[in-house]
Amino acid sequence: MKAWDWPAFFEYLTSPFLMMGAWTTIWLTVVSMVIGLVLGLITALMRLSGIPVLVAIARFYTWLWRGTPLLVQLIIIFTGLPQLGIRLNVVQSALIGLGVNEGAYISEIIRAGIQSVSRGQFDAARALGMNFPTMMRVVILPQAARVIIPPLGNNFNGLLKTSSLASVISMEELLRRSQMLTQVQFRVLEIFVVAAIFYLIMTTIWGVIQGRLENYFGRGHAASARRTAKAVLDEQDAR
Amino acid sequence: MSTTYPMVRVEKVDKYFGDLHVLRNVDLEIQNSEVVVVIGPSGSGKSTLLRCLNHLEKIDHGRIEIDGRLIGYREVNGRPLELSESQVAKHRRDIGMVFQQFNLFPHLNALENIAAAPINVLKKDRNAAHAQARELLALVGLPEKEQSYPEQLSGGQQQRVAIARALAMEPKLMLFDEPTSALDPEMIKEVLDVMIDLSQKGMTMVVVTHEMGFARAAADRVVFMDEGQIVEEATPEDFFERPKHQRTKLFLSQILP
Ligand SMILES: Nc1ncnc2c1ncn2[C@@H]1O[C@H](COP(=O)(O)OP(=O)(O)OP(=O)(O)O)[C@@H](O)[C@H]1O
Ligand SMILES: [Mg+2]
Repeated sequence: MKAWDWPAFFEYLTSPFLMMGAWTTIWLTVVSMVIGLVLGLITALMRLSGIPVLVAIARFYTWLWRGTPLLVQLIIIFTGLPQLGIRLNVVQSALIGLGVNEGAYISEIIRAGIQSVSRGQFDAARALGMNFPTMMRVVILPQAARVIIPPLGNNFNGLLKTSSLASVISMEELLRRSQMLTQVQFRVLEIFVVAAIFYLIMTTIWGVIQGRLENYFGRGHAASARRTAKAVLDEQDAR
Repeated sequence: MSTTYPMVRVEKVDKYFGDLHVLRNVDLEIQNSEVVVVIGPSGSGKSTLLRCLNHLEKIDHGRIEIDGRLIGYREVNGRPLELSESQVAKHRRDIGMVFQQFNLFPHLNALENIAAAPINVLKKDRNAAHAQARELLALVGLPEKEQSYPEQLSGGQQQRVAIARALAMEPKLMLFDEPTSALDPEMIKEVLDVMIDLSQKGMTMVVVTHEMGFARAAADRVVFMDEGQIVEEATPEDFFERPKHQRTKLFLSQILP
């Protein structure tokens, strides 16, 4: 067997089977992210509501989901819950597993973003007669977005990759399909290099989109926005 | 029974921050179209009093009525019951507030800053709100700045936009908390001019400021606060020329040249 098989490599690179896997990775990531955003926003607002029951529920959720591995959560949802009579198919399990997990992390990001907005902005919004939802929508969240978008973008990048964990519950995303392909075609290295390239293409395209989003939400903060975004990124890299 | 009531009626108000007694049995009445300047040493409770008037801070005892209506509470069997956040928000529509740090919304340009509350709170039509915002920008002398974001404006310009933003809600009462304290000296006048103009148009105003020039020019009454109490109230002339209380004299000797 050759060390590296170029024709096989190019065949995999254009393989509809793998491309469809990559497409599954994309929509799995996008839908999970949307679920995570909705849950994250609700949880963050609950945490900041000051209403003890809501604060407790929100804390419990983030504590539990951030304190246990996603892999364990996915297996419990898909293989464990049927024991209790809750039967979810592969797609449902993957979306719920990834989305609910993501929501726990996103809620912390959104909470930090809201808390980064100065008290004076809350005072000004209230003094103008805005109620809580209006204040959040018109004044606070657009400003928090400036701080939230960079780490959120990083989470999306991360999710593109961690969605591969759904392969253990036989979700046919890119990694699973690559593994399936190795069962019939034995060029393991070529197949997984192609998978890596596909992941790289997806995360690179996302990087470009993320840059645009950051610029958009930084308007009115020309210089300072970019500084803040960079500081947040540096901080994340440092961790 | 009389059907007229003052614009502001503060009765026996106490306010604590934890153990700190910040407002002590404060009584204050302000008539329609009156301009009241509040002065006093740092930490005497001036900002807190102002923030209680629009229920940004909750009072612990007493009552505050704005234009004859209890603010932040409703009375049930003679006892005050705090209103929900959204009902308090409705009360605040009639009360404009201008802050020391301007607090313009940095993600919105001048026009959008002014139109934001009319559109989102009063549900005003967007075009009408923008037209009104343009008029207000002209009123505060900044007709050419509608597209500018706060960070592109000087402090004095930001504060004038902030005044226009408060006026867009067509308030009955305007509260100013040290509106010129964060400004460079050369910008103070442009803001005070707008405020004097407003007072001449009959706006009821409560102004915390150390600008004695403004007090002399525009105030009907000066209120001196110290340690959470109103120590002395007088016309500007009496206040500056013939202060009665020892604490007032001491304070004036410290701030006047
Ligand atoms: N949110 C708060 N929590 C706790 N203490 C507070 C709070 N706001 C104000 N205080 C305290 O209450 C007292 C009165 O404060 P306030 O801001 O009303 O004073 P002020 O007269 O406006 O002073 P300045 O001239 O410095 O603005 C001060 O001792 C202050 O430290
Ligand atoms: Mg103050």
